Amino acid sequence: MIKRKLIVAGLLTIAALPASAVDRGELLANSCFSCHGYDGKATGGAIPPLGEYPASLIVSQMKAYRDGTRNGTIMNRHARGYTDEEIELLAKYIGKQGI
Amino acid sequence: MSQNKHSVSRRNLLRLSAAGLAVPSALLSAACSREMTRKGEGEVVVIGGGFGGAAAAKYLKRYNPKINVTLIEPKKAYVTCPASNWVIGGLVEMEEITHTYDGLKKHGVNVMHEVVSSVDPQKRVVTLSDGQKVNYDRLIVSPGIDFKWGVHEGVDEDVANIIPHAWKAGDQTRLLRDQLRSMRQGGTFVMVAPPNPFRCPPGPYERAGMVAHYLSKHNPTANILILDQKNKFSKQALFMEGWRNNYGQMIEWVAAMDGGTVFGIDVANKIIDADYGEVKADVINYIPAQKAGVLADQMGLTDESGFCPVNQQTFESKVHHNIHVIGDAAMAGPMPKSGHSAVSQAKICAANVVQSLAELDPISAKNANTCYSLITPDYAISVAAVYDVKDKQIVPVEGAGGVSRMNASLQEYRMEANYTRGWYKSITDEVWG
Repeated sequence: MIKRKLIVAGLLTIAALPASAVDRGELLANSCFSCHGYDGKATGGAIPPLGEYPASLIVSQMKAYRDGTRNGTIMNRHARGYTDEEIELLAKYIGKQGI
Repeated sequence: MSQNKHSVSRRNLLRLSAAGLAVPSALLSAACSREMTRKGEGEVVVIGGGFGGAAAAKYLKRYNPKINVTLIEPKKAYVTCPASNWVIGGLVEMEEITHTYDGLKKHGVNVMHEVVSSVDPQKRVVTLSDGQKVNYDRLIVSPGIDFKWGVHEGVDEDVANIIPHAWKAGDQTRLLRDQLRSMRQGGTFVMVAPPNPFRCPPGPYERAGMVAHYLSKHNPTANILILDQKNKFSKQALFMEGWRNNYGQMIEWVAAMDGGTVFGIDVANKIIDADYGEVKADVINYIPAQKAGVLADQMGLTDESGFCPVNQQTFESKVHHNIHVIGDAAMAGPMPKSGHSAVSQAKICAANVVQSLAELDPISAKNANTCYSLITPDYAISVAAVYDVKDKQIVPVEGAGGVSRMNASLQEYRMEANYTRGWYKSITDEVWG
C-alpha cells in the first residue's frame, strides 16, 4: 500500500509540472545579460554587474528609470519596455535575494 | 558525434518498445528509467557560429542540458563585426575582436568546424561537404548576410580585394585598415553606404567617425565622403552633431536624392560615377546591398525580399517546419539587423525549441536591442528598443526605446563610450565565453 501511494504521488508530481520548460523570469533576465554580463557578472567596469545587486534594489531602480525619477543614459529607454510584473520577475532571477 | 549516436539509438529503442516489439527486459527497463526525462530531449543542430548561432547553442544547453546541441561553423575563430570599426580606427587590434569556440565546448556544445553542403528538411538531415550526415529534430539557422553584386556597373564579387567592403569582419577589415593607413596625405576616403535593409544600420556612420579619428591624427588634411544609397540613416542627427563637434568639416555625407546615388565604379582608377558627378577617390569602401546568407537561399528559406520570413514568436521558418531562422537573415519585424538583436532572438528561439521538444506551447518574451556607436574613443551614442509579440508579429513597446540625448554633456557621451566597451565585453562573453 505504501509503495502504491508513493507511485501515485509521483504521478501527481509529473502532472503538476509547469506548462513551461523555461522560466519566464529567467528568459526576461537573460535580456539583461548582454550588457550586464552573463548571469549578471559583468566585468567591464562601467556597467553594473546586476548579479551582485539585491533584487529589491533592481526593482526600485528599474521603476525609477521607467517613471523618470532617476536619469540614466540608456536605462530609461530600456526600463519603459517592462511592466511591474516583468521587472519583479527579472529582478528576482538576476539579483540577490533577501537583502 | 558519439553523443548523437547514443541518443539516437536510445530513441530508436524507445520507439521499438512503444511499438510493442520484443526488447530485452534489461534494455527496456533502462529505457523506462529514462522515460521521465525523455520528453524534452532531442537533437538540435545550429548552423552558423556568429552572434545568433553561438548564442542559440549556448542557451539551448542552459535551458535544457539534456538536449544534444551541435554547432556547425567553418571558422575556428570568429571575428566580430561589432568593434571591427575600432580596428580600422586604430583603437584595438584584430586579436581583441576574435573569439574561439572553446567556451561553447565547455558548456557542452558539440562544435563541428565543417561546411554545410545541403539540408533535407523532410528527412531532417544536414549533409556536410565531406559527406558526413547530421540528423536533427530541430534546426536553427543563423547564416548572417551575403552581398548583392552586379548592382553597379563595374562592381562584382572580385572587386572586394581592391575596394573592400569590410562588412564581414576578418581579412576585409585588415585590408581596409591598411589602405587607410597608406592613403596619401590630403587624400579622399569615399564610402558607398548601402541601401536598406542591411546589417548594422549605424555601422557605416560609426566607421566614418573611426576613419576620421585615424585621419585627424595621421592625415589631418584628408577628407571623407559618404555617398549614401538612401536618404536618411540611424541616429542621423546625433552622428552629424558628433562629427561636427569632433571633426569639424572632415566628413561629408551625401543623401541618395542629393547626388549620392552611384551608377558605377571604375575600380582600377578608383573613379566613382555618381549622380553627384565623377568622384576621384584614394580609398573606396564599397558596402554592397545585402540579402540573407547564401545558405538560407540554398535551403529555400528566403522570399522575394532576399530574407527569411519567420513566425516572429518562435522564429520557425514559414517555409520549412522544424527549421528556425535568427539574426540578420530573418525578417524580425522592426528589429534592426544587429549582433544584439541576433542574441536576443537566439534566446527566445532556443527557449521555444526547448518548449517544442517538451511538447509544450510556445513561450513569448520581450526582445531587446542596444546599438552603441563610437564617434571618438571618448564619445559614443546609442539606440535602444524593447519589443513585444502581438499576433506572432514583433512590435516595439510603445514609449520605450529611442536614441541618446542631443546636445548632452561631453561627460554623458564619455559615459556612453565606456558603456560601449562594456557592452562589447559583456555580449561577447555571453556568446563565446
